[in-house]
Amino acid sequence: MPWTREQMAERAAQELRDGFYVNLGIGIPTLVSNYIPAGMNVQLQSENGMLGTGPFPFEGEEDPDLINAGKQTVTELPTTSYFSSADSFAMIRGGHIDLSILGAMQVAENGDLANWMIPGKMVKGMGGAMDLVAGVKKVVIVMEHSAKNDPKLLKRCTLPLTGAGVVDMVITDLGVFTIDKKGGGGMILIEIAPGVTAKEISEKTEATYRLAPRLAA
Amino acid sequence: MKKVYPDARAALAGLLQDGMMIMAGGFGLCGIPEALILAIRESGVKNLTVVSNNAGIDGAGLGLLLETRQIKKMISSYVGENKLFAQQYLAGELEIEFNPQGTLAERIRAGGAGIPAFYTKTGVGTLIADGKDEHEFDGEKYVLERGLVADLSIVHAWKGDTEGNLVYRKTARNFNPVMATAGRVTVAEVEKLVEPGEIDPDHIITPGVFVQRIVPVPNAEKRIEQRTTRKRSEAGEKI
Repeated sequence: MPWTREQMAERAAQELRDGFYVNLGIGIPTLVSNYIPAGMNVQLQSENGMLGTGPFPFEGEEDPDLINAGKQTVTELPTTSYFSSADSFAMIRGGHIDLSILGAMQVAENGDLANWMIPGKMVKGMGGAMDLVAGVKKVVIVMEHSAKNDPKLLKRCTLPLTGAGVVDMVITDLGVFTIDKKGGGGMILIEIAPGVTAKEISEKTEATYRLAPRLAA
Repeated sequence: MKKVYPDARAALAGLLQDGMMIMAGGFGLCGIPEALILAIRESGVKNLTVVSNNAGIDGAGLGLLLETRQIKKMISSYVGENKLFAQQYLAGELEIEFNPQGTLAERIRAGGAGIPAFYTKTGVGTLIADGKDEHEFDGEKYVLERGLVADLSIVHAWKGDTEGNLVYRKTARNFNPVMATAGRVTVAEVEKLVEPGEIDPDHIITPGVFVQRIVPVPNAEKRIEQRTTRKRSEAGEKI
């Protein structure tokens, strides 16, 4: 069985470390906040100007002045701070955020990422995605392995890029890949979802990758 | 010099002209200068270039100026919440210049600080870098982006004194403080207008030097775009 959205989020949460400052994108990445291990101190950054983002408010306690980057109502924690958009992106672009977890339309074997526009369709904009992938220390992508029958893990992205050589890890419903984006060491399949075969992944992946020694054995 | 005006229309009197560039604070509908946007709508000024992270929604925020076709061009990072925007854009009636959100914030910060351009890693190797100068520093490529200064900035603050010192509330701060620095003229609407000395100087976010006009908006309407809640029982609390 391929992983569900929740299981993909749970797997992504394994990349969290105590003391991390983390930015979560919209969609499956948002679910990662449900799987922060007990006792681990992780502060969530919301690029609209909040560090230490709390859970959704109780019904009736929503505050229009207190939202996350997905424009959802959230709450304050004892650790919370607020700041301007310029300070927020100083955190992001200045390399002060440890981990960014985002969705994607396409990822290439060299770490290129496309997740903001499809030519010919209405373009909504990149929001903070280009800044996040350019500035955050580690970039993890969580996405479905294929779009209908089209592979999303490619030799080269065909859609306009969000960033060139920016992705460190890809978690799909079928498995987990690492990408050596700076060293040029290529892409490695390091985990396979239970009940999924290496053959199935190979058939659904255009990108060139190697099997981690543990899986090849 | 007296900075306080009785209402939004008076606060904008003499400042509006066709074809001007206006910066409007806010993120989504959070912290937007709604009363000033309404007054701009009523003025009928047109062919505006508007710098704002988003373009409001249908019927609220900058969506109000799209309805009346007063906006010629938007400089934004994300405009997904707006059907009217899509219609006008696809019909070729509206121009859009997408900026990465951090690049947009920094262009505004730089403009306000008298910095005409800066290098950033954001957008290198993407469409955003097309036609822009690139330079390598310490082995990494960077793209040159320009600072932005607007003819007029309109911002929303929680509290302000009659000198124009401003304090914001929670995530309604967002783009407002940087935009306040980058308008040739900045008009601030404030939910609570107070006398000098009533705000602790250590707590002031925008010093009054950046603000030329202030208008109290004690009944500012605030909308929630995505109302998300949890049930009390989920948190294991007593109901």
